[in-house]
Amino acid sequence: MRAKRRNRLLLIVGLVALCGVAIGLTLYALRSNINLFFSPVQIASGEAPVERQIRAGGMVKKGSVERSSEGLQVSFVITDYVDDVTVHYSGILPDLFREGQGVVVVGKLNDKQELNADQVLAKHDENYMPPEVAEALKRSGYEPEDYKKMATSGEAP
Amino acid sequence: MIEMIPEVGHYALIIALLMAAVQAVMPLAGAATRRPLWMAYAWPMATGQFLFLLLAYGCLTASYLLDDFSVINVANNANSMLPWYYKFSAVWGNHEGSVLLWSLILSAWTYAVSRFSRGLPPDMVARVLGVMGLVSLGFLAFVLFTSNPFDRSLPDVPMDGADLNPLLQDFGLIVHPPMLYTGYVGFSVVFAFAIAALLSGRLDAAWTRWVRPWTNIAWAFLTVGIALGSWWAYYELGWGGWWFWDPVENASLLPWLAGTALIHSLAVTEKRGTFKSWTVLLAIMTFSLSLLGTFLVRSGVLTSVHAFANDPARGLFVLVLLGITVGASLLLFALRAPRVSRPGAFTWLSRDALLLVNNILLVVMTVTVLLGTIYPLILDAMKLGKISVGPPYFNALFVPLTVILCIFMGLGPVARWKRMAGRELLARLWLSGLVALLIAAVLPLVYHGEWDLKVSIGLAIALWLVLSLMRDLWDKSARSDSRWTGMKALTPAYWGMVLGHLGLAVTIIGVTLVSNYSVERNVRMAEGDSVDISGIHFTMSHLEERRGPNYIAEVATVQVRRDGENSATSFVMTPEKRLYIARGMPMTQVALRPGLFHDLYVAMGEDLGDGSWALRIQIKPFVRWLWLGALLMAAGGLIAVVDRRYRRKLADRQAQTDIAQVREEATV
Repeated sequence: MRAKRRNRLLLIVGLVALCGVAIGLTLYALRSNINLFFSPVQIASGEAPVERQIRAGGMVKKGSVERSSEGLQVSFVITDYVDDVTVHYSGILPDLFREGQGVVVVGKLNDKQELNADQVLAKHDENYMPPEVAEALKRSGYEPEDYKKMATSGEAP
Repeated sequence: MIEMIPEVGHYALIIALLMAAVQAVMPLAGAATRRPLWMAYAWPMATGQFLFLLLAYGCLTASYLLDDFSVINVANNANSMLPWYYKFSAVWGNHEGSVLLWSLILSAWTYAVSRFSRGLPPDMVARVLGVMGLVSLGFLAFVLFTSNPFDRSLPDVPMDGADLNPLLQDFGLIVHPPMLYTGYVGFSVVFAFAIAALLSGRLDAAWTRWVRPWTNIAWAFLTVGIALGSWWAYYELGWGGWWFWDPVENASLLPWLAGTALIHSLAVTEKRGTFKSWTVLLAIMTFSLSLLGTFLVRSGVLTSVHAFANDPARGLFVLVLLGITVGASLLLFALRAPRVSRPGAFTWLSRDALLLVNNILLVVMTVTVLLGTIYPLILDAMKLGKISVGPPYFNALFVPLTVILCIFMGLGPVARWKRMAGRELLARLWLSGLVALLIAAVLPLVYHGEWDLKVSIGLAIALWLVLSLMRDLWDKSARSDSRWTGMKALTPAYWGMVLGHLGLAVTIIGVTLVSNYSVERNVRMAEGDSVDISGIHFTMSHLEERRGPNYIAEVATVQVRRDGENSATSFVMTPEKRLYIARGMPMTQVALRPGLFHDLYVAMGEDLGDGSWALRIQIKPFVRWLWLGALLMAAGGLIAVVDRRYRRKLADRQAQTDIAQVREEATV
């Protein structure tokens, strides 16, 4: 009987220890692997950390996409119609990347407040606007109807 | 007559809902008050519900095939130019249709339970069917009140439909969702059995024998479903990735992890009569995670290919459904679980203990994935900012946990129930361990010319699994006459375990090699340009435009020749960039050269102007092994089901209980 009780105690202690370690590791991993989202306004005001992986998003500004004539380097400007951020990327842009549409980029800011992107995300749906981008645009006073109209008519705000 | 089809489907759906209501109430009430007549409602209702849902589903499919664009659902997701097989699969390529498919599969499982459980005590089956009726009631109400696929847009009928999302116009989509749903929904059977056991207080070895085949089948389907999803993402999204830790993928992985734990804890419950409450809790957890997955995917809180719904009412409905299911079953568990538990004794070195470790690790893995998946949603809901949790988080936790799991997994099959001398375990397995370590240390050098710790660890655990299984097979097939008779004497359940574990080893080999040895090059190519990657020459010979049934495509022809081979063995790969006309949506069609040891992967990126294109060229070693392993695992799960003990004992029991039941009913 005593052995059984001791076993059970051991089991409980073991379980608690294991859970503790697991939760600790999880929280640590979460803390170091979270990518916070910043809008162009926030980046311009210096809220975003430099040289740390972040996500940023906005509309791709009309006529801002510049490709190098040799390799696969490309740069473009994302905007929330208040501030702009220049993005540099090397690689293949997603199928739905287009001027005047919303994108989310993952990458690091350099000291010139330009973003070197590792990843560019455009969504697999024509009307898709990344929710973070939609919210950032809303904060700068643009409702979905406005930028949809602007995207289709091709006007710059 | 043809104009009536959607109405017929709609009525059939309503009748099915009413039948589900009867099936939910009568059998449960009958079982509680011991009224055989009330319980007897369960069987015809299960059959009727299945037939009427089949009819409703058939009607929706007919509307798709006949291009009835007066049905809003059809108009939004199909087009007259769409080939017929995509019209067929477009039914579940949207929110409404896929929830209807979910309900249909649930009713199919219910029908299967009512057919294949003749040997079980009627009150047990009545309770199981009743619980499944409750689940079905919830989902059919969801379909009818928030996501009716039969809604019409009369009298303004559009001329043509908006077409199916091009990403979904693919063979992978024809097979992936039905498989995945069959797995997801199959866990409702185990869940219903668990609730029935809690209600009746009956949780013995016989109960476990009833539940195990159902669990295995559902798990096997889910395994195949996840593998198909990964395969689809690999060739359809054009990135060459096979797992993105996307919330939607995680949603399917969660019930799989919990279900895997459930399969193992059921083994202990059957053989040793222990872990009972834990097994019941796992059954509840597994199905709840299936529901959570459905909620995440169907509610529109996530944005992905899978999230069609944007109506907040839908999300709320599924959330409430989820809350009721989890809340009610956990409450029931808290009230009734102590009654069905019985402690059993085992030492720390025994199969019982190893399976306990397996369960703990699998649950920890489930929790870490769950946390990473819903953490951003919780923060967002509490207005604490928009974040995303990237693959590094999942890899940092999931990979080491898998390694630990596999170390114990090698010991499990060899260990004995209840107790085992450490010396004996060591004597049997030291050689397997040593050989696995040696081969794994050398193999990266031979294969790649360079030592690599990560590859060695991955290979070591995979080889450890394989070799310890071989050793166990060798020991267990030892017979005086011949090994062959020894092999034949092993049960299907044992072979199922061997295949399942081998499957994981194969998948791990695939994951390890493809993650570490893939080569990816993004190149700029015009006609006549060529590039040399890992001893393979790729030459773009020409570019042309082609027309498909509902798209226009830019097609590149790429000549591929291996180093040191002449032009006779060279071959052509033709990646495409398609523009689907109805949606004006571009799509990458990857050119694949699959092989057991490596895939060649060529995708067209973007038109860079001046006649040159960005091409993504990849060499993916052992990528097929990922899915091959999953198929082996699923095969293992299915083979275990044919084990004789599930049938013979059922047959015996059938004879006994039927007679006893008839007598009891006659006297009542």
